[in-house]
Amino acid sequence: MLLNKGQLTDWLNQLMQAYQVFAPIKEGDYFCFKQINSGDQATLNYTNSKVPPKEVLFPRSEKLFCYRCENDGVQLTEQIDESKKIIVGLRPCDAKSFLLLDGVFKSDKYHDPYYLTRRNNTVLVGLGCNQPASTCFCTSLGGGPFATEGLDLLLVDIGDRYVVEVLTDRGRELLAGMELPAADQEAKETARRVKEGAALSTQVNLEGLKSKLDVIFYDPIWDLIHEKCLGCAACTYTCPTCHCFDIVDEAEGNEGCRIRNWDACMFPLFTLHGSGHNPRPTGKERFRQRVMHKFKYFVDNFNAIACVGCGRCIINCPVNLDIREVLAEIQGSEVRSDKQ
Amino acid sequence: MSELTRAIQETAQKLLQNKEVELVVGFAEGSLPLRNTPCFVRQPEEAQRLVWGYGCENNLANYLRQRPEKVAVVAKGCDSRSIVELIKENQIDRNKLVVIGVPCRGMIDRKKVTRLLAGKELLEAEIRDGQVVLKGKEFSESVPLEQLLHDTCLTCQHPNPVLFDIMMGEPVPVKEADSFVDVANFEVKAPAEKRAYLIQELSRCIRCYACRQACPMCFCEECFVDCSMPQWLSKSSLNVQDNVFFQAVRALHLAGRCVDCGACDRACPMGIDLRTLTRKMVKDVQELFGYTAGVSLDQKPPLAAPINTTSPATFNQDGR
Repeated sequence: MLLNKGQLTDWLNQLMQAYQVFAPIKEGDYFCFKQINSGDQATLNYTNSKVPPKEVLFPRSEKLFCYRCENDGVQLTEQIDESKKIIVGLRPCDAKSFLLLDGVFKSDKYHDPYYLTRRNNTVLVGLGCNQPASTCFCTSLGGGPFATEGLDLLLVDIGDRYVVEVLTDRGRELLAGMELPAADQEAKETARRVKEGAALSTQVNLEGLKSKLDVIFYDPIWDLIHEKCLGCAACTYTCPTCHCFDIVDEAEGNEGCRIRNWDACMFPLFTLHGSGHNPRPTGKERFRQRVMHKFKYFVDNFNAIACVGCGRCIINCPVNLDIREVLAEIQGSEVRSDKQ
Repeated sequence: MSELTRAIQETAQKLLQNKEVELVVGFAEGSLPLRNTPCFVRQPEEAQRLVWGYGCENNLANYLRQRPEKVAVVAKGCDSRSIVELIKENQIDRNKLVVIGVPCRGMIDRKKVTRLLAGKELLEAEIRDGQVVLKGKEFSESVPLEQLLHDTCLTCQHPNPVLFDIMMGEPVPVKEADSFVDVANFEVKAPAEKRAYLIQELSRCIRCYACRQACPMCFCEECFVDCSMPQWLSKSSLNVQDNVFFQAVRALHLAGRCVDCGACDRACPMGIDLRTLTRKMVKDVQELFGYTAGVSLDQKPPLAAPINTTSPATFNQDGR
């Protein structure tokens, strides 16, 4: 189907009647996914958002429940967000990250009602990447600038119009009442050319990486590879697949809330035991954990790499510690046996 | 720049060859245009990796605290001033440090480049004759270098290292005195306006603590924001006031210690203006105590507690 760019605002305004609509908006020098209250706030002319849209489904800080201590006990109010949402204009890599997060929050042992309720109530309208950034490497991770995995609709920008690819029934419902024309031959041809032109400049070699990581836990490579890392969470907090969290009670007097906050394996506090012992005492162990979690443990647990190649960690690292270079260095390292 | 690169490489190689140091901390080529990256060299033959350029923006003093080995560091003006403060705070052993001083002509602010290119991606850059040629897909633009330097570099009064053992190249001219116009503009705002500005900026904070981690002077064993007993501020980002509180305490904690290197500001992935607060402290400390952090090893930090070590009776047993 075909959507004129001029129709976008009207369409978003229409969607807002039934949904909370999240879209990329310009904030300072960057783009972030925020809830919009008018269709014209959305800016689909962007390369990648600063913080991934994961925060729509897995907020930086969210109340799990609130409580109040009374004479005869405790009153609890669960805070499950059941509102219907749409994320418009997310990139295919970010859509793929949701499929990875699904595995974490929905397992045989535990279903996380906070994430899953939002997830089930959220429709994803993707936007293909006509010009992937030089830091993008999604194709190395099985994705692509126009990959449709996880999306309900995909918009392909062909200049003054979008070719709308309908991928699910939920996606089709969003177009109800729009009476969009079918894509003509010319539009299809332009879309095909746009897709072909969106070549990625970076490839990361992941072949054999997992089997290397399986045996290099004690390798001296970790002594050096982390050295310039500052131990901040700019990489993990702007990563669409990082999902570690901490839970705290914030109370005042007789009442308070239990709150889930993003946390990061890069912080020393993340693994600090109550006893004072820290099993990951230095930057070396913490950096190793980040690489291992994404490229080994996640593969062991979910049979998928926890990276979608969005390149945000590369752009945001204050010391230019580039994950592509880290992986290359690991790939070039001599394989040793997993013994100290 | 290539002469400085060569000089740094040769010096580093010699220091390692003669076993005068075990490690040289400097900069290598980065993976992004206009970017250099901190680099750790331990073998003389690896000294070839070291470079000097307009992307050497990180403050390398951050990597020098409590090092067991003897280290040489490539230091521009601001790095050297942080080193001075860290020596005074017993974080660096001067006897185990060799400072390779490099006069600095300022570093390029990639955020300014991003703003200038307005959505177009920078793929390649070349610097010659005071001009930066920015290249990308189907564009090439030439911009005066001065326009792209960090604000910290534009007001910097100490581009030449204040402390060094070996100096690379000739000193660069020092700019006119810093007028602190930016801080003065902030000072004249009404309290409500200041508050609104800080809240607006810090509402973007994602509490990644890149600012804290990038600062050579932020080295408390336990940061007050991480402390849970007592809990000084909430761990959640639900309340923007707590982000303001975090930055306010950070800035106050750095008063008289901050050398205005801009590392916090550069590290922030959200582009938050952190410098207004830290600069306000720099200005206040200069006005109130006549002290500029990091310019002299002998000058006592003004906010250090005036403890007379020869008369322990100053404090009673409870520490009061």
